[in-house]
Amino acid sequence: MLTYALKRLGLALLVALLVSAAAFLLLRLSGDPALAIAGEGAREEDIAMVRRTYGLDRPLVVQYLEWLARTLAGDLGQSLYFKTDVAALVADKLPTTFQIGGLAILFALALSIPLGVLAAVHAGTWVDRLALTVAVAGQALPNFFFALVLIMVFSIWLRWLPVSGSGSWAHFVMPTIALGYYVTPPLMRLVRAGMIEVLASDYIRTARAKGLSTTSVVFKHGLRNALIPVVALTAVQLGFLLGGSIVIETIFALDGLGYLAYQSITHKDFPVTQAVLLLLSVVYVLLTLAADLFNALLDPRMRLAR
Amino acid sequence: MKHVAMTLAAAAALAATPALADKKDGTVRFAYDQVLENIDPFFNNVRLGVMMTQHVWDTLIYRDPVTNEYKPYLATAWKWLDDRTLELELRQGIKFHNGEEFDADDVVYTLNYVSDPANKATAQQNISWIEKAEKVEKFKVRIRARRNFPAAIEYLASAIPIHPNEYYAKAGPKGMNEKPVGSGPFKVTEHVVGKIIRLERNADYWKGSPKSVPNVARVEIRMIPDRQTQVAEMLSGGLDLIMNVPVEQAQQLKAAPHLSVTSGGTMRIVFVLFNAGENAPNPALKDVRVRRAIAHAIDKETMAKQLVGEGVRVINSICFPAQFGCTDEGVPRYAYDPAKAKALLAEAGFANGIDLEFFGYRERQQTEAMVNYLRAVGVRANLKFMQYAAMRDQHRGNKVPASHQTWGSFNIMDTSASTSAYFKGIDDDMIKDPEIVALLQKGDTTVDPAVRKDAYKKALTLISERAYAVPLYALTTYYVLNKDLDFKAHADEMPRFWEMKWK
Repeated sequence: MLTYALKRLGLALLVALLVSAAAFLLLRLSGDPALAIAGEGAREEDIAMVRRTYGLDRPLVVQYLEWLARTLAGDLGQSLYFKTDVAALVADKLPTTFQIGGLAILFALALSIPLGVLAAVHAGTWVDRLALTVAVAGQALPNFFFALVLIMVFSIWLRWLPVSGSGSWAHFVMPTIALGYYVTPPLMRLVRAGMIEVLASDYIRTARAKGLSTTSVVFKHGLRNALIPVVALTAVQLGFLLGGSIVIETIFALDGLGYLAYQSITHKDFPVTQAVLLLLSVVYVLLTLAADLFNALLDPRMRLAR
Repeated sequence: MKHVAMTLAAAAALAATPALADKKDGTVRFAYDQVLENIDPFFNNVRLGVMMTQHVWDTLIYRDPVTNEYKPYLATAWKWLDDRTLELELRQGIKFHNGEEFDADDVVYTLNYVSDPANKATAQQNISWIEKAEKVEKFKVRIRARRNFPAAIEYLASAIPIHPNEYYAKAGPKGMNEKPVGSGPFKVTEHVVGKIIRLERNADYWKGSPKSVPNVARVEIRMIPDRQTQVAEMLSGGLDLIMNVPVEQAQQLKAAPHLSVTSGGTMRIVFVLFNAGENAPNPALKDVRVRRAIAHAIDKETMAKQLVGEGVRVINSICFPAQFGCTDEGVPRYAYDPAKAKALLAEAGFANGIDLEFFGYRERQQTEAMVNYLRAVGVRANLKFMQYAAMRDQHRGNKVPASHQTWGSFNIMDTSASTSAYFKGIDDDMIKDPEIVALLQKGDTTVDPAVRKDAYKKALTLISERAYAVPLYALTTYYVLNKDLDFKAHADEMPRFWEMKWK
């Protein structure tokens, strides 16, 4: 198990490193940040000054290595746009994003598990098809559109919820639903598939034959086993959610990491974009790693797989 | 997205119930889509920053938004001692929000601090002309320009507020961002970057200021990046004012009974710019007849009416009409005439038309309209749409033959901030016509207003005669507001909260 864990950890670090390098390169390929920083109509000399001031005139590899060294030492640098410490900026926005991400995943689980179980137990009936419709709708609707539909219904027609901001718990209802619904379909499908497979297995037949109640069979014996892959997928989906929060936070004007990422991209504030990307990729990698290790712990066969 | 907008607007028309205006405490709630990185006016390049300059601070000189006349403000009088030295008498008895008294030390410290490149002020275009400021007496200062700079008065009026020196020396731009202190009609009570700015009426604002003591007690400015969200907030009564609403959306929002829609001018001019320089990327454009053909091919009146909307101002020279020195008197005009355009192309030897790469970066439907007009006369325009910075890069790299450009002059009411940016031989000028360069140089550096006006007029006439650019119109902006709010739009795209009141 230890060898396996170390291998996975090494791989995870490599992925994080590659992501940071790719992000660095892509950001620079998307245009000269000096032009964006200097603003509309800037003179050549202003742009040159910006380049010198921020060290953008040096070779890309040097800039990347320097950034990497500083980052590893815990210094994420200064925001070009906000002119403050990137670490402080990110730390300031982190709680909001994790809050919405956490709420959204809870919402997704609360929706997908019952739906998946229902669909599996009633596989092939209208209940299954209804659950499938809900799932397909979630997948088919772009989340920005779904968010706007929610706003229209709950803020404009019914006037139950505030449109945007983060002043009270009510402000978090629509972002949670919009973001959570987005990751519901894959979770639900996995629960359904797992349940169908488990319910057809021999030990369930045995459990039924023993005369256990349906509830006990489905939840105690069935769901427990069907949920193992869901744990892994949930971790991965949580990573997706953090990415999806860029759009959702922008729409609902929530002052979190996603909104910060959006601002930093529009202003070519690459130290911030870079830091957010690094953070998101590290979180993603860690979640995947945790899921892998957790699975390996539950299922010894996985440890032998490589 | 447009469809969503329509759906939302339709929803409003059907379901709107009267908004709950926050009138009891007189708060006006406004939203803006861009984050102000630093509220210190010298350390941002955002439009909202220009607004904050005028609300939280005072400038030395005031420009009347209606007559464009310069009036005393923190300075009671001013005169040029020579071509580069401006002397100003300062007003006595003014106090900053923190109680500090205003005098020459504040002016000298502010100007010397921000114009020192070591302090890395962001708004270099507004201050790089300042060489130094000196105190003459407690209420008299001299400002020395690096070069002859008659537009200094305009910059002092629109973009250079005065900070309290003792506080600024201690707090710096960072402290000024966290806890802004000015002497203007509003005080900042809270500023959370990227989220909210709360303003409160400065009840002790000095009487006799060209800006009045505000009627509304408080202003709340929220950063809402998404336009649809802003509209939804208006529909649900969560906001009282938004601006820069797209024309088609504004039309639909008129249907909501609790909202009203009004339009106002902006200083942003729209034009087609040609690269007709010696190494022009498309040699056909070196022929003036081809450029004139393109000028005749575009129906700017129709574009203005259909795509820009109410209050649009068609322009005939490459500057904003109210800018000092801007005129279209005697400047040649090119009426919409596709037949003439085709004839001119044929005359230039292009009876079968030409291929042209046409660049754009904002208001895409306008760029597309131009492309269609060009195709109609045989100019096979190929649209290249990109980000502003990318287009500017290509333009300066001599790779853009023709482009749909817009220019806001940083709200500076002087032709040196518009025409000169594109035709004075620097940076964005790929043509570098020596005659025009010389005339603009003269206009930009001569103190005598009559000489300046004459130089600009000649330059604008030559630019049009040689068809280096096709001036189209100045954009308008739509405001959507709570119908109980008394609001007047000005030509400079700046809401003035001190003028607003609740009906």
